[in-house]
Amino acid sequence: MATNEATSNVKRIQVRRFKPEEYPEKHYLNEEKGIWAWMTTVDHKKIGLMYLASITFFFFVAGVLAILLRTELLTPARSFMDADVYNQVFTLHGAIMIFFFLIPSVPAALGNFVLPLQLGAKDVAFPRLNLASYYIYVIGALFTLFAIFTGGVDTGWTFYTPYSATTGGNVMAMTFGVFILGFSSILTGLNFIVTIHKMRSPGITWNRLPLNLWGLYATSLIQILATPVLAITLLLLTMERLLGIGIFDPALGGDPVLYQHFFWFYSHPAVYIMIVPGFGIISEVISTFSRKVIFGYWAIALSSLAIAFIGFLVWGHHMFTAGQSSLANMVFSFLTFLVGIPTGIKIFNWLATMYRGSIDLKTPMLYALVFLFLFTIGGFTGIMLGALSVDIHLHDTYYVVAHFHYVMMGGMVMAFFAGLHYWWPKMFGKMYSEFWARIACAILFVGFNMTFLPQFVMGAQGMPRRYFNYIDQFQSFHVFSTIGAYVMSVAFLIMAGYLLHSLLKGKRAPSNPWGSRALEWQAASPPPLHNFHHVPVIINGPYDYHKPMSEFQLGIAASHNGHHHHGDEAVKVEKSEKEQA
Amino acid sequence: MNRFSEFMLPPQKSTLAEHTDALFNFVNVTSIILLAGITFAIIFFAWKYRRRSENDVTPVITHNNKLEITWSVIPLILVMIVFGWGLNGYMNLTTPPADAYEIRVVGKSWLWEFHYETGHVSVNELHIPVNRPVKLIMSSDDVLHSFYIPDFRVKMDVLPNRYTSLWFEATEIGESVIFCTEYCGTAHSNMLARTYVHSAEDFITWLETAGSADDDLPPAELGEQLVVRNACNTCHSSDGARLVGPTFQGLWMAEREMQDGEVITADENYIRESILEPNAKITAGYQPVMPSYAGTLNDRQIDAIIEYIKTLSN
Ligand code: HEC
Ligand code: HEM
Ligand SMILES: [Cu+2]
Ligand SMILES: [Cu+2]
Repeated sequence: MATNEATSNVKRIQVRRFKPEEYPEKHYLNEEKGIWAWMTTVDHKKIGLMYLASITFFFFVAGVLAILLRTELLTPARSFMDADVYNQVFTLHGAIMIFFFLIPSVPAALGNFVLPLQLGAKDVAFPRLNLASYYIYVIGALFTLFAIFTGGVDTGWTFYTPYSATTGGNVMAMTFGVFILGFSSILTGLNFIVTIHKMRSPGITWNRLPLNLWGLYATSLIQILATPVLAITLLLLTMERLLGIGIFDPALGGDPVLYQHFFWFYSHPAVYIMIVPGFGIISEVISTFSRKVIFGYWAIALSSLAIAFIGFLVWGHHMFTAGQSSLANMVFSFLTFLVGIPTGIKIFNWLATMYRGSIDLKTPMLYALVFLFLFTIGGFTGIMLGALSVDIHLHDTYYVVAHFHYVMMGGMVMAFFAGLHYWWPKMFGKMYSEFWARIACAILFVGFNMTFLPQFVMGAQGMPRRYFNYIDQFQSFHVFSTIGAYVMSVAFLIMAGYLLHSLLKGKRAPSNPWGSRALEWQAASPPPLHNFHHVPVIINGPYDYHKPMSEFQLGIAASHNGHHHHGDEAVKVEKSEKEQA
Repeated sequence: MNRFSEFMLPPQKSTLAEHTDALFNFVNVTSIILLAGITFAIIFFAWKYRRRSENDVTPVITHNNKLEITWSVIPLILVMIVFGWGLNGYMNLTTPPADAYEIRVVGKSWLWEFHYETGHVSVNELHIPVNRPVKLIMSSDDVLHSFYIPDFRVKMDVLPNRYTSLWFEATEIGESVIFCTEYCGTAHSNMLARTYVHSAEDFITWLETAGSADDDLPPAELGEQLVVRNACNTCHSSDGARLVGPTFQGLWMAEREMQDGEVITADENYIRESILEPNAKITAGYQPVMPSYAGTLNDRQIDAIIEYIKTLSN
């Protein structure tokens, strides 16, 4: 009896091979129909697509604003808009790009779609909460639009006091929008954490968790820990503006530097919300398109957590010139350099994964390589800005503008595009034109560097940021940068073209066009409403490219029994029958 | 190397610039070498290990602790060098010599005021002696600003509720531009000033004569100069154009409507009050953003400005 007890945590289950259904007739996109079915859906895939549509819209809006900014900067002083308009436009560009596009881009849009699929689950842990997060996001967005049309906002996306407490315009509606948005972010993070803990299919132990999920896990932790601080800060700002309680405004006895501490205590971790999920995608893509076991699984997984953790301790590097003590500056500078190390580790592990692989330069892989190059530049220039004496010179110049665009656009947005092209066939069951996709990627790469490389030079030469007017010396750099922005917009037009074409007339996608071993590719393309017709059973890691595909297509033999197995249990697999046709 | 550094950075015109630039160059050179290595690896691997057939078999290499340690420790050493180097430069930047010459700086939206020991105040012109440490003690009258002289590699935020300071020692006679680098609203990018570096003797002469140099100018002409020197013209035009503030053209003796509906004739008293207490009466259609010039302009200067405005009738 006693021995029986001891071994009873090893479960014996009968599995058999399920090959994914090719070109399914019924799938999540057509099983329920009508606008109402979409609006009330609790399906994580549809919610993911709704987010995808929304962030695409915001990326477009903020992109148009960027083009307006760059066009205005063709000449010093006024080209076609006034200083006040310019200030509103750069505020909106930054705020929309960050809060409405980049933060939800990978976690809420792509993450929602793939997270349950990668876990072999039917949905996230709290599907209704997931839908609620989406609507909260929409309400936040409406507030922001309201702010734009009722006076605009010209504070910069940082809302620094006392300027933001005194300027005209509708700062309140805008901060309230961002405040609401924060809850969407917190709820998504909570949902993901619970889902990853509780809904893994049998056999997905922590060391078989796809790195994409490690990335999302680390991100979710930051989201639920840091976002409340932003909420509190914005609430205090509201109290100050509406009730005249002196917190940040020195005229009322407050302290403006306190605001900066609060703000960056959220916003520095937030820059990791904007990059860590990208790391996850890059790991998936590089391993898939190199057909090779990922190198340094634990190094990559743990460095994400390390970055998430240390990321909480470096906010002061945004304030080296703000008037904080030299001691504080020293500590923040030191900690900043420490974040550089786990980031470097990742880059080297990805390179090592490519070593002796079987590399196929399909579009997602091209974007991943573009990411590696641009993000490395972003990282090195971050080291430059972490160095105290040099940052005194470079702070609040275009050098910083270039740096964060290399990280956010060159890093995260490229990772987002890698992920988008990687999972596109899974999402829509359609292929896109590989030829045009590669062309667009190449143009984007050239345009991006044309736009932002000159900004490093300009910034180092002393061109301050958030400048409507500038001295003549910088004009040639600005003109070059603007031309680069036009080149980039050509790439985006091409991308919009071939993606639309793919949706309408694209070739149907097979279930696993890239020959990936990851679980989401063992479902049909597009997947059925409940993802898998069987409970998947995992005996290999998601990157075990040396094992035959048949070992990745296992599921519990009996149909539909207890979907929610706990991943940590050891699974003893007994293959039953032969294979399913 | 020198050419690269000269292209990337403004001229070095202070004693501390060299230290900062050396670190800037060190980080750039190391980064470029590492970036070249990484880029080479990306391209080389992508080509050397390109997929040859769908049945390619790849080796199972899961990890390598020696490599992980190598590529953690070497970067760690490099960044610690950068940290120490940067800290060292920063300590110099924040420790002014005891005998530094002090100048008070006040940032207002959107101009810089410099108060000298003699009581003289200059607007948007910082006059300093060469080869002598200068310490600026700064504060703001309204929102945050940041004082930045690229040629000297110094920058410090200027806050409304406390003093911040900054020091440098100019090494060359000449001029350098001053920017505001903390976003402060409409004319943030026009909040420019200039540093004039004089020889020791010239600086003393300048200090002595600065206040009185204008004595023998006719009032209207002096007024015209003062309007430029005190940056009134960033907000007020003399040709009818509407800037941040109303134009001076045709202002004299005009009927001005205030925000509260009161109508006032723009006579001497009104203009004088507008300059010393701009927020006492706000002209309808404008924001209360004009800084006060109390303590900056003396009576004689205000008279001169009034004389000048009188000449700008329609
Ligand atoms: C930062 C911009 C700014 C600067 C610099 C500035 N002003 Fe003004 N000024 C304004 C604004 C805005 C108004 C209208 C609102 C008000 O009445 O305060 C104004 C109003 C005035 C008025 C009343 C005009 C009217 O039409 O009623 C006078 C006179 C005046 N300023 C003189 C000056 C002088 C002289 C200087 C320089 C010594 C100066 N201002 C510098 C922004 C500025
Ligand atoms: C994903 C992409 C992008 C993100 C996340 C992003 C984010 C930001 C942010 C946060 C700011 C700062 C706003 C502020 O200072 O308050 C900014 C400024 C700016 N961005 Fe972007 N941006 C992106 C893409 C682009 C593109 C494609 C262009 C040009 C084509 C561009 C051009 C600019 C310009 C000109 C500024 C203003 C700089 C200044 O005056 O300070 N951005 N961006
Ligand atoms: Cu930061
Ligand atoms: Cu400013």
